Amino acid sequence: MKLSLGAIQYFWPRQTVEDFYQAQIDSPVDIIYLGETVCSKRRFLKPAEWIDLAKELSAIGKQVVLSTLTLIEAKSDMAGVQRLCNNGDIAVEANDMGAVQLMADKSLPFVAGPTLNIYNAHTLKVLHQQGLMRWVMPVELDANTLKDILADADEMGIKDKIETEVFSFGHMPLAFSARCFTARFRKLAKDDCQLVCQDYPEGLAMDSQEGEQFFTINGIQTQSGKIQHLLPHWKQMEEVGVDIMRLSPQPNHMTDIVQRYAQVINGESTDIDVESLLSAPACDGYWRGEPGMDYIETQAEA
Amino acid sequence: MELVCPAGNISMLKTAVDNGADAVYIGFKDDTNARHFAGLNFNDGTAQKAVNYAHDRGTKVYVAINTYPQPTGWSRWQKAVDVAADIGIDALIVADTGVLAYATEKHPNLARHLSVQGSATNAEALRFYKQQFDIKRAVIPRVLSISQVKRLAEDSPVELEVFGFGSLCVMVEGRCLLSSYATGESPNTCGACSPAKAVRWVETPQGTESRLNDVLIDRYAADEKAGYPVVCKGRFNVDGHTYHALEEPTSLNTLELLPELQAAGVKAIKIEGRQRSTAYVSKVAKTWREAIDSCQADSQSYVAKPQWMHDLASVSEGTQTTLGAYNRPWQ
Repeated sequence: MKLSLGAIQYFWPRQTVEDFYQAQIDSPVDIIYLGETVCSKRRFLKPAEWIDLAKELSAIGKQVVLSTLTLIEAKSDMAGVQRLCNNGDIAVEANDMGAVQLMADKSLPFVAGPTLNIYNAHTLKVLHQQGLMRWVMPVELDANTLKDILADADEMGIKDKIETEVFSFGHMPLAFSARCFTARFRKLAKDDCQLVCQDYPEGLAMDSQEGEQFFTINGIQTQSGKIQHLLPHWKQMEEVGVDIMRLSPQPNHMTDIVQRYAQVINGESTDIDVESLLSAPACDGYWRGEPGMDYIETQAEA
Repeated sequence: MELVCPAGNISMLKTAVDNGADAVYIGFKDDTNARHFAGLNFNDGTAQKAVNYAHDRGTKVYVAINTYPQPTGWSRWQKAVDVAADIGIDALIVADTGVLAYATEKHPNLARHLSVQGSATNAEALRFYKQQFDIKRAVIPRVLSISQVKRLAEDSPVELEVFGFGSLCVMVEGRCLLSSYATGESPNTCGACSPAKAVRWVETPQGTESRLNDVLIDRYAADEKAGYPVVCKGRFNVDGHTYHALEEPTSLNTLELLPELQAAGVKAIKIEGRQRSTAYVSKVAKTWREAIDSCQADSQSYVAKPQWMHDLASVSEGTQTTLGAYNRPWQ
């Protein structure tokens, strides 16, 4: 089982981003995804600078992947995606079929991000023919479905040619909109948003009127209120055929979380508890075939 | 421009056809379509009757097979495609890439439209579906502004169909998992959003509460009209403020934009609402037929008549109609 760091979903200042990746140099993650996947107005780092950063990390031995924007509306959005797809060196995670098409045009392999809606092996096969080398399962799918998809993929003769990655830790990306909900909260028009999402390095908690953390507002993206935590299931994930567990960056304690995951997977520890490192309750419902917000504490299998 | 109307049953279909729809779209009675509601949709027999009724009157029938099959259900989607082909429909409306591949291989001569659930918002994505499956048309998500629709129409390798009227999703269709996070069922997996079986209404001293899988979605005072607890349309608390944090219950009406959509080359206007009533489709089809005819006759002098706006407002969910993302008052 490998570990990856997903792209930072929030709008952090440039220095924070650089420090964050600096801290990964000695971290046990195998793969680092980076780039702006949520909002094209977030430009503390421009596409060319993300590419430079990716090359630096690549030079120190990390496997690096550039992640593209999820919702591509304007031509300027597409220009940014093109820039990443044309980098000529670093692998790309396509988060929209538009990016898939750009990579297929160049006959370059790509990673299919979690919003590409791959719900069956037939879809996987079409995309594999276009260059898919790895896919991130849609966050709402469960263990049994994944098992079935990979069994079908095996029959089609493509299972061994692709890697499977699962969003395993962090606030899950659940929805995207043209509307910015952070600007809406601050009573600002989107065109005059003043980039206020930088005030919320882990998004804005959106609670029910009874105080239950339901969702997390992150600009045009809506995330889960709870934090996906699949470390307790890692052995089952490995058995099912998951190659990579994706950890989504949060502003605090991320180094500790990566360590905790790595130590359990490497057999150095059986401590799967991360509660003290989280800003919200954990959840694991999707993986178990239940509503995503559910959580059942499981015993360490390690 | 083609007027594409919804039908959740044979009576709605006949009403849509009789009131001027150029095409009617339907779904089968299972989770292969994005309106998988109890008592709604067509079985093989009623679907054949629907096709016969529509074709006898020169109206097309499209079948929405626009959810995302998982391995255990794959054969249902295959069967839905095969049945649709057998009964002689005019086009499939499909979201899933695997289903598109199946339909293209098995029924190459049956036209394929990319569903709004396919979530294609840009010309490169449309090019993907055109190249892979030779789709004829794409229904584009309701998140695009009118200027973005115009630019997309210029670059698009396929016909575009846009939503004209009906309930409004604030999220990009096909990329919203809020419902399964709360209930286990989503439009993508089950054709359901905020399913009725997860809804509970509770009378309390603080007012009427609407709950979705026990999560409090909204609470209504005695003088407030209570709305169905769609997961994105509740009043939530953000940093001490309680408000419609994502979306207020409004519905879309683009009647005023008709000349612009026509000038942009948009090929079809879609009316949402297979889950609505015969009265709804009657009023909406009639109004939009008149409007489209008026716009096509003389787009320069076209104005959305107050009577049309009034008629449409009377069947809107939530009482308000807006131009939605097309004009973006919040932009």
